[in-house]
Amino acid sequence: MFGRLSNFKHFPKPLWGDWLVIGFSLGLVILSFFTLWSQQPATTLRIRTGSTVFGEFSLMQTKSLKILGKIGVSAIDIQQGKVRFKQSPCNSQYCVHQGWLQHAGQVAICIPNQVSIELIGAVPTMDTLNY
Amino acid sequence: MAIIHFQASEEDHRIAKLTAFAIGLHLIESAFPSPIPGVKPGLANIVILYVLARYGIKTAAWVSLLRVFASSLLLGQFLSPTFLLSLSGAIMSLLALMLANRLPKQYFSVISLSILAAFAHIGGQLIVVRLLLIPHASVSYLIPIFGLAALFFGVINGLITAKLLTHGHGSQ
Repeated sequence: MFGRLSNFKHFPKPLWGDWLVIGFSLGLVILSFFTLWSQQPATTLRIRTGSTVFGEFSLMQTKSLKILGKIGVSAIDIQQGKVRFKQSPCNSQYCVHQGWLQHAGQVAICIPNQVSIELIGAVPTMDTLNY
Repeated sequence: MAIIHFQASEEDHRIAKLTAFAIGLHLIESAFPSPIPGVKPGLANIVILYVLARYGIKTAAWVSLLRVFASSLLLGQFLSPTFLLSLSGAIMSLLALMLANRLPKQYFSVISLSILAAFAHIGGQLIVVRLLLIPHASVSYLIPIFGLAALFFGVINGLITAKLLTHGHGSQ
């Protein structure tokens, strides 16, 4: 079966049906990149403390918020379309290290302080919290 | 003591031999690390396509499914999630091949079959991932990458199979 593999200079030419299949699937793949990987920019920030929504803020502003959580004060920065945890009283600092968030559906949570920020776009998207 | 004798037909021997090829290719492939987890060339599919073209869908199904079971036993993955992915991919691509095999041969060569089987393979795997392993919509983020890989390796494997089919009459 693999006896004459050394003679691998000329491959059989694809037939026109093959080109049709290649073109069609390439189109589907490109389409899937555009539809599944398009990240819409976020417009609104939702902050939760514990189980209640603390408030919703427009992202189109520059603003610093101090949120009183369970163990202290979380500092949140909004800066023209993006948002971050600037300071947190927790030990791990995971929320701070997540850095700036700017796409709809992104979430940063500080579990010890029970503060979360969630970015919302024009169209609601799925995220791990929905599930 | 009863001794059971199996009558192995010529077809059985052929299936065993071709399955051994497929298992070998699969084992070689699994020894190489993949740049992206889950993206693999699927070299065993070359054998499946070759068998389909030479001996028909029934032999191809035997070789494909035996390959899945045997190589999962060899790699210690039997009944693991990896095995489930392998099995669902193999079944889906066999179903796709069954349909694609009816395409007119003068327009659609084995390259078309290879691409369609590759997409069905990853499709079957993604369904299992979505239903059993990661039951969450975020799996859809992986579709473009896997789709691109399926197209790329589908074309390559198809070309190799087409090349193998142009000669090798009676040499297997």
